[in-house]
Amino acid sequence: MKKAVILGAGTAGTMMSNHLAKKLPKDEWEIVVVDQEKTHYYQPGFLFLPFDIYQPEDVVKPIDDFLPSRAKRIMQKIDRVEPESNTVTLQNGDMIGYDILIIATGSHIAPKEVTGMMSDAWHKDVFDFYTYAGACALREKFMNWEGGKLVIHITEMPIKCPVAPLEFAFLADAFFTEKGMRDKVDITFVTPLSGAFTKPVASDKLAYLLKDKNIRIVADFAIESVNNETRTIHDYGGKEVAYDLLVTVPTNMGDSMVERSGFGDDLNFIPTDKCTLQSKVADNIFVIGDATDLPASKAGSVAHFEADVLTENIIRFINGEPMTYEFDGHSNCFIETGHGKALLIDFNYTHEPVEGSFPLGSFGPLKLLKESRMNHMGKLAFRWVYWNMLLKGTPIPFVPATMSEAGKHLEMSKHD
Amino acid sequence: MTTTIAGQEVSVNAEGYMTDLNQWTKEIALEIAKAEEVNMTDKCWEVIAWIQEQYRNENPLTIRKVGKSGITDIKEFYELFPNGPLKKASKIAGIPKPVGCI
Ligand SMILES: Cc1cc2nc3c(=O)[nH]c(=O)nc-3n(C[C@H](O)[C@H](O)[C@H](O)COP(=O)(O)OP(=O)(O)OC[C@H]3O[C@@H](n4cnc5c(N)ncnc54)[C@H](O)[C@@H]3O)c2cc1C
Repeated sequence: MKKAVILGAGTAGTMMSNHLAKKLPKDEWEIVVVDQEKTHYYQPGFLFLPFDIYQPEDVVKPIDDFLPSRAKRIMQKIDRVEPESNTVTLQNGDMIGYDILIIATGSHIAPKEVTGMMSDAWHKDVFDFYTYAGACALREKFMNWEGGKLVIHITEMPIKCPVAPLEFAFLADAFFTEKGMRDKVDITFVTPLSGAFTKPVASDKLAYLLKDKNIRIVADFAIESVNNETRTIHDYGGKEVAYDLLVTVPTNMGDSMVERSGFGDDLNFIPTDKCTLQSKVADNIFVIGDATDLPASKAGSVAHFEADVLTENIIRFINGEPMTYEFDGHSNCFIETGHGKALLIDFNYTHEPVEGSFPLGSFGPLKLLKESRMNHMGKLAFRWVYWNMLLKGTPIPFVPATMSEAGKHLEMSKHD
Repeated sequence: MTTTIAGQEVSVNAEGYMTDLNQWTKEIALEIAKAEEVNMTDKCWEVIAWIQEQYRNENPLTIRKVGKSGITDIKEFYELFPNGPLKKASKIAGIPKPVGCI
């Protein structure tokens, strides 16, 4: 028996296990899935927990419910991969050999990267919402918070779901407005980039949003430290922003297993061919989802598009054929703008976010780069699609892996 | 669009970032640096060369990466290119402005 081993049973690993279960002959291939957790978290739901739009139980389900029955599941922490001997070592010392390895260990927050961020004030005045614990703690805090300076902050790029912090700011504006206390909450958005929207089409079309919602922006802010006594954050250039409640997105890093294996970059992301998804570490190691160093967004939708491409490529690799399927960086995401509306954006490696409609050309019900109620419904429906279709690898109707150009005003993207 | 920098015709975008690194020369860089109020020291040139190399290799640039480049640290990077160092250094290096996803 040959062995396909999948490391991580989050969004990408679960999808790959289901794809490969359908494609790899049962009598020739064993599929092994390793993850340290019992629970699969619907991470996009973390955004809605603090605002009481979702309840904690909406975002958790057992990992095992989504894996194919033929997969052998191991619940252990992965210690490291040794490409020279094609083995994975687990924390309990067990070793697993593989013919094909798929790494899908994702990325997570590393608050210790910034001086003072991790302190007694963590989950008291300084919060993240990128973890289940952080989102739940913030939910508690918001229930009784009396207002003050709310600072929403991005530490450094890349982060997963790069629009989530901005959505958080929009939802906070709506939440405190609906509670009748918006006048008591001063919202500031702090980013290391040169603005909230940095792609030219988006900044043209969306600049009004922050202004309308009375959200102050501090751009080009490269954080050096958090001082939880003076309640200020400081940047390397000498700028300072005061907070009463800091909601930060800490540095995002790949798992330390990558570092122990000795093949990650300075953020533990794995060097990966951006078209084929083959790792640059060894021919029989492939990488998918947030664990890669691809210049694409780290998002579940991206992992979904990658899974289609990677499945075909792995089959071709096994058959000794050239890998012709190429990932184009296709990414789309809903952006909650508050008060029951959302935007939708769609882009890839070469095209900027465009205007138009999605996914059915000019018949598409979802408007790109325009706020609408339909888009908001689309975002909420994504949870159902995620649990019921995406993880199982069921094709989502009308949504191809590579970016469709129908119905989009692509000329809009030729900005230079 | 095109514009003339240091007597040469170069293509730039609306914000004045060069769109073709092949057209870049030291003279052009010096003139952009002057407009950005950056005093080009030897260290600055080293940073610029490193940034261009990252761009050619399609490595997305971040402040952290500059800090770990072995050429400078983040604190010094801010001193070399005050106020928005990555933006300014990219402009002087003749590469596009680093952007997020929207
Ligand atoms: C707040 C927030 C909002 C988001 N919103 C959206 C959205 O609207 N749309 C969208 O498309 N995406 C969104 N995302 C991003 C999306 O959730 C991720 O991109 C996606 O889950 C990535 O999948 P993955 O499989 O690469 O990683 P993950 O799903 O994170 O899975 C990694 C798995 O690997 C396991 N693992 C890691 N290291 C080890 C180890 N050493 N040993 C054992 N197991 C290990 C972990 O336990 C985990 O189960 C959001 C994310 C966040 C945090």
